Amino acid sequence: MPKITSAAELEALRKEIASKRDPDTPSIAVCAGAGCLGQGNDRVIRAFEEEIKKQSLAEKVALRATGCHGFCDRGPNVVIYPDEICYMEVTPEDVPEIVQETVLGKKVVDRLIYTDPGTEEKAAHLSDVPFYKKQVRNLIGANTRIDPQSLEDYLAIDGYAALSKALFEMGPEEVLEEIKKANLRGRGGGGFPAGLKWETARNAPGEEKYVIVNGHEGEPGAFMDRALFTGNPHCVLEGLIIGAYAIGSHQGFIYTRHDSPQLIQNIETALAKAREYGLLGDDILGSGFDFDVEVHFDVGIFVSGESSALMRSIEGKNPEPRPKYIRTSVSGIWNRPSNLNNVETWANVAQIINRGADWYAGIGTDRSKGTKLLSLSGAIRNTGVVEVPFGTTLREIVYDIGGGIRDGKKLKAVHFGGPMGGSVPERFLDTPLDFDEMSKIGAPIGAGGMLVLDEDTNMVELTRFYLNFLTNESCGKCVPCREGIRQMLKIVTRIRQGEGRSGDIELLEEIAEVMGAASLCSLGKTAADPLKGTLRYFRDEYEANIAE
Amino acid sequence: MSEILLQIDGKEVKATEGMTVLEAAQQAGIDIPTLCHHEKLEPYGGCRMCTVEVETRGRMKTVAACLYPVEPDLVVRTRSELVDKIRKMILELLMAHAPDSEKLQELAQEYGADRNRFGKESSFCILCGLCVRYCAEVKKKHAIGFINRGGNREIAFIPEIAAKECWNCKECFPLCPTSYLQAAYVLTEALSFPAVASKSPAEK
Amino acid sequence: MDNEKVDTLLEECQGKAGSLIRVLMEIQHEMQWLPREVLVKVSERLEVPFSQVLQVATFYKTFRLEPPGRHEVHVCMGTSCHVRGSQRILDKVSDVLGIKPGETDSQSRFTLVEGNCLGACTLGPEMIIDGDHHSRVAPAHVEEILKKYD
Repeated sequence: MPKITSAAELEALRKEIASKRDPDTPSIAVCAGAGCLGQGNDRVIRAFEEEIKKQSLAEKVALRATGCHGFCDRGPNVVIYPDEICYMEVTPEDVPEIVQETVLGKKVVDRLIYTDPGTEEKAAHLSDVPFYKKQVRNLIGANTRIDPQSLEDYLAIDGYAALSKALFEMGPEEVLEEIKKANLRGRGGGGFPAGLKWETARNAPGEEKYVIVNGHEGEPGAFMDRALFTGNPHCVLEGLIIGAYAIGSHQGFIYTRHDSPQLIQNIETALAKAREYGLLGDDILGSGFDFDVEVHFDVGIFVSGESSALMRSIEGKNPEPRPKYIRTSVSGIWNRPSNLNNVETWANVAQIINRGADWYAGIGTDRSKGTKLLSLSGAIRNTGVVEVPFGTTLREIVYDIGGGIRDGKKLKAVHFGGPMGGSVPERFLDTPLDFDEMSKIGAPIGAGGMLVLDEDTNMVELTRFYLNFLTNESCGKCVPCREGIRQMLKIVTRIRQGEGRSGDIELLEEIAEVMGAASLCSLGKTAADPLKGTLRYFRDEYEANIAE
Repeated sequence: MSEILLQIDGKEVKATEGMTVLEAAQQAGIDIPTLCHHEKLEPYGGCRMCTVEVETRGRMKTVAACLYPVEPDLVVRTRSELVDKIRKMILELLMAHAPDSEKLQELAQEYGADRNRFGKESSFCILCGLCVRYCAEVKKKHAIGFINRGGNREIAFIPEIAAKECWNCKECFPLCPTSYLQAAYVLTEALSFPAVASKSPAEK
Repeated sequence: MDNEKVDTLLEECQGKAGSLIRVLMEIQHEMQWLPREVLVKVSERLEVPFSQVLQVATFYKTFRLEPPGRHEVHVCMGTSCHVRGSQRILDKVSDVLGIKPGETDSQSRFTLVEGNCLGACTLGPEMIIDGDHHSRVAPAHVEEILKKYD
């Protein structure tokens, strides 16, 4: 494939791909995301391959192993286009019937479609399924329509149109202004305006600058970054290249987990294809802009998701965070300006450039724009990856999308932010999903891991669990974090076992205050947050275990 | 290097660009306690004893003085209710490991720290890193380092290097605030030094 | 300890201190663990002080400084799995095999690992052995599952 060397050539290629694809041709999208693969979807994929071969349908039917569809609870998931028929909990034995009835016969196989557990109502089309209906799937929606290893699939859904627009119709500053205007805020947990970060890096002295994708997703219970990155790596890559252009960077780094082989393969395939087509490397699309990317892997530690620690890891050193007095956007990797953003943040860039900042700012609330990916898990019926506009209430997410609490139990709390987050009780359910509103009630959104807890959950035990996790994840450099967590864990464990002593809660509060004020990095500073949160709303559970 | 004017504890202090708050304070004769700091070593920021309150652009925050660079018109408070609370807690956390350390006891008196606030921990190393950093940065021998992480972090001599270098040096010994270093050395010498002490790793 | 792949890798990375983590990962992938003699070689070739190599090798859970068992039993300790009872799974495996997390049994059959969340939260509690997912595991199933691996 000769490299594409102009905007016109890109559009011509796109038209050529479209002309070879008949929208009425049936295509089968089988979810190959982590959740579905864990339920044996690889056998379903093979069954489809065999059936298609058996019936000589290879020319007439497209089969794709796609990224995560989102409805992990009902996997293995299969979607048949063009009618968007959505089948759930599919087994290899169902495959011949699906091919016969739906792919060829255009009929719906009733027993495989969604049935509402409460009303018994059925929904055959993806957009009618309540779980999907209430979402706004601007980012994750593409997962059902593309094979992550196919660049042509991405081009067919207007992929890299934003890059072309940025390079040929806008200058770097214009791109930067658009991102600022859209008020894109970081999706990795900080919520910091991406445009401002980009601007700092752009204006920092020095010729050599770096852009980084933080694909670490170390927060336990968060799996949406992987779903997005594995299912649509080009979307993230396109955003990264546009960002590099705006900042003036020619070298990018993707930092990701070492334990997700599918993710690693999809990223490497995407990079190779992009280079082949001239979308990455020297003279991108003939624009004169050079940019390429290196992939680095984490080594199994949560703290390496912290941006300054991550950068040290890229340098080959231990991921020990550096104090943020010197911002990494000014002095990061090898002391050069480095702009780090989360996977989801980068994924938002292309749509902002394509459809404009005004369109983007029309979604969400006053100060939180766009949509947010969430990993819904815990005591909820519909676990999976969901995407909602900011402003959606927690109640809507738990009940309308999440299907309510499993096993007829009552909701006790919702926890955001994993080991550095907070839990809020039922009475806050009408809070809109919004960076600032959620921070106010003590449950900052974090990366988007939303854990639903039922009435049987012991909040002291949850806190103990998080502290135990952090004991192993702290790097150990500074006293407040290392020793603070150590002592807090001892005390909370004691309370958990019903052996709390009078004065324990006050001591925990004091340690939490010192950790928050004096720790070196945000792991130490926020390590005590789950404790502070549970003390704020569930103090009685602690007090019940304290001897008078 | 341009001159920077800042305020520390109500006193106007002159500093030069590139200095840290700790250096500026020391130069002005204002005392800020430290445990992991040493003039021959790069600032570490691990003990957090030097935490001070700074006010910049209308906002107050707590920072480690040994690392925070001076800024024009910076307002620094080296003592306050919060700062003292932090230092007291740090001392109490460390005294769970090394209650008999003279250095810790001295500071504990100043800040009213209770050596028995927390139950005793098994290791009496406070992980200030002075030994590791001195050997790496000043002697450049790297005979001792950190291993493991979080609550399991500890210092460890590299027996092959220590056997060759330490007998003639031991400059790190007086730096240790708890004497754990000396104990670790003796233990490593007794249990792990190679039988033929003069072979370097390269010769194996 | 003779391994051509490792030697080639070290030659490629001569003097490149920045590749330390990548080198250790590739050696671990190749040899399943990091023998001390190999760490010494890494230190010499990459020109990184041995104490630094050791710090990095002991810092990360992924690196093994002891030979592993034939099968790795990874019990997910993520939050979602935890609220569904993964601690009891871990305890049961520990009990059955007679080893603590991080350890390998005396016949080198299994290494037990407290695993990170792998993002398949719907399937918890999860036990992954040699890449095979065993989902929604109950303590009663543990022995049966382990018997499948010799």
